[in-house]
Amino acid sequence: MNPEKVVFGFFIVLALTLNFGFFVGEIENPEHHHVFELFAVVVVNLIATVLKFGDRSQMGALLLATSLVAILQLIAAAVVWTFAVHVYATGLTPDVMASIVSLSGGAMLANVISVILLIIETVMLRR
Amino acid sequence: MDSIVFLIVRRMRQPLLTLLVVYAVAILGLVLIPGRDADGGVWHMSLFHAFYFVSYMATTIGFGEIPYAFTDAQRLWVSLSLYASVISWIYAFGTILSLVQDRTFQEALAESRFARRIRKMREPFHLVCGYGETGTALVQALTRRGQHAVVIDIDEARTNIIQLQDLREVVPALHGDAALTRHLQEAGLQHPSCAGVVALTDDNDVNLKIAITAKLLNPKIKVISRADSHDVEANMASFGTDHIVDPFDTFASHLAVAFQAPCLYLLQRWLTGREGVALSEPVYPPRDGHWVVCGYGRFGKAVCARLAGEGVRVVVIEARPELTGQPESDFVAGRGTEAETLNQADIENAAGLVAGTDNDANNLSIVMTARQLNPDLFFVVRQNQHDDHDIIAAVDADMVMHPSSIIADKIRVLLATPMLYEFMSLALYQEDAWACELASRVSALVQDEVPSIREWSLDAGHTAAMHEYLVHGGQYTVEDLLRDPWYRARSLQAIVLLIHRRNDRILLPEVTTALKPGDRLLICGSRGAFTRMEWTVSHRHTLEYVKTGVDRPQGWLWRRLATHKGYRR
Repeated sequence: MNPEKVVFGFFIVLALTLNFGFFVGEIENPEHHHVFELFAVVVVNLIATVLKFGDRSQMGALLLATSLVAILQLIAAAVVWTFAVHVYATGLTPDVMASIVSLSGGAMLANVISVILLIIETVMLRR
Repeated sequence: MDSIVFLIVRRMRQPLLTLLVVYAVAILGLVLIPGRDADGGVWHMSLFHAFYFVSYMATTIGFGEIPYAFTDAQRLWVSLSLYASVISWIYAFGTILSLVQDRTFQEALAESRFARRIRKMREPFHLVCGYGETGTALVQALTRRGQHAVVIDIDEARTNIIQLQDLREVVPALHGDAALTRHLQEAGLQHPSCAGVVALTDDNDVNLKIAITAKLLNPKIKVISRADSHDVEANMASFGTDHIVDPFDTFASHLAVAFQAPCLYLLQRWLTGREGVALSEPVYPPRDGHWVVCGYGRFGKAVCARLAGEGVRVVVIEARPELTGQPESDFVAGRGTEAETLNQADIENAAGLVAGTDNDANNLSIVMTARQLNPDLFFVVRQNQHDDHDIIAAVDADMVMHPSSIIADKIRVLLATPMLYEFMSLALYQEDAWACELASRVSALVQDEVPSIREWSLDAGHTAAMHEYLVHGGQYTVEDLLRDPWYRARSLQAIVLLIHRRNDRILLPEVTTALKPGDRLLICGSRGAFTRMEWTVSHRHTLEYVKTGVDRPQGWLWRRLATHKGYRR
């Protein structure tokens, strides 16, 4: 067992599970989507991205690409949140909440691909 | 480029992770710890404010405690996370700095810079492998003529020195082993502009490897290689290496030419000399006595063979005949540096002496001793080290054999003016009187410096005006070409040595010879003459003026006016 692989897999799966946790619930209801969850998703995704740095293989490049997509979507979600609450002070109206959650939904899709790729790689390794 | 990004990203993984974790923990702490607003009510910092605060705290900018003054609990947390974040920043910077100084990183950087420079090459260039004495002399000569070169050398100190040398063109240099195919490819072996490969390393096997790699990967290009032994020479010739230069054989054949046709030898030295060098005096190697050859190595053997071919009796002096092999001719064991061995070789009745050992100090000592015994001797000295040039010049020998400069001169001529070699081989069939007459004409062209040599081909490129004129049926003779465009009654200080017309070679064409489009001309003359001739061949109106003596109006209006007036001569 390779501890590096454990950490790697842990963070990639954690990124997906946290993302799912934030995403699940009524799309317009702010009470179903906590800000700490979004924070945790962003941090864990960033860590997962950095862990994917520096792998020259084709699989590594694809993994990094999915992570970059997820990060882009999540940061967009965080920026929308910040604008709504702090800059325009409109609060989390249903339409704002819907766009935040759908952005995180997109990120989740990227994270799903990431996990699938990880599984494919593991299966192909056969040892 | 890829490898640089890869290296940076790979090394920065750990510091970036540390920064991420420290930031996340600091932000989370600030959000969780309750604070007090201006009225004393409990207030929780939002994630956005916490991120803002940590951003300026971690970079030690410090805008203060906003929006409200912190409680003691918050301050405790901030002082802890302040140190943690500053330390992780220092860690990140330290990693970047050590990466920049890292040797692998710098080599990757230098290699990618080199590759970019090679990719950008648009003009033809020669790939010179080995930047020792010969390579240096060759690259200097090439760049002085405006030709481009790329250098590979295994010694980093030598490739670094290129930047310090005052070369006229930028010469990209790669530090690497030219025996490796990858390095040759990086240096542009398969580049469309690569015109030739010159293998000049001091290792015969490496030269062989370079020559065969070049012939296999890019069969179109010219491959020139140095070879110090006949085995390697034959090996290189077997797969079609274009030119193989053996300094010892080359010099020995020069010596033979000097015996047979002193004027031709003189002409050869003038025409192949580097520009700006003074014209040398003629030498007449004597036949009225035997020759003493000191040193029976590769050089000694080559010289002995040529001397025997000239019918001259040779006495060899060699200190270690068990290594070099016993010569067939008369033989004296010894070094030749002391009077005793020289006397055994009957130096007093000798005509010439060749100091040909591989040690410059010994060669000089041989010359000094022999000169005391017989001051009228004809001296040939072998110079091994470039730095010994001054002391070798001080003994004032009749001929000096310096392998590096012989190779460099020969290759320079092969690369810049290959027609000159053709001219020389044709000239070998002429009488020496012919060469003497030409030599006196050449010395009249230039005062005391070696003449310039140019190869022009009358095509649509460099000599476009001339080409167009000839294609449209214009008559232009050699005499017209050599007229001064400033004052057409005067001829320029130049001689057309050879015209190459399809399969014909016209040696020293008559002045009435008509030029044809596609001709290739070999011209020698003063530098000023070429500047003016370039006007003639590349400028339509100058060309017509030189031909007819009429300065025709150039602009549209003046031409119309001239036609109206019937102004046409």
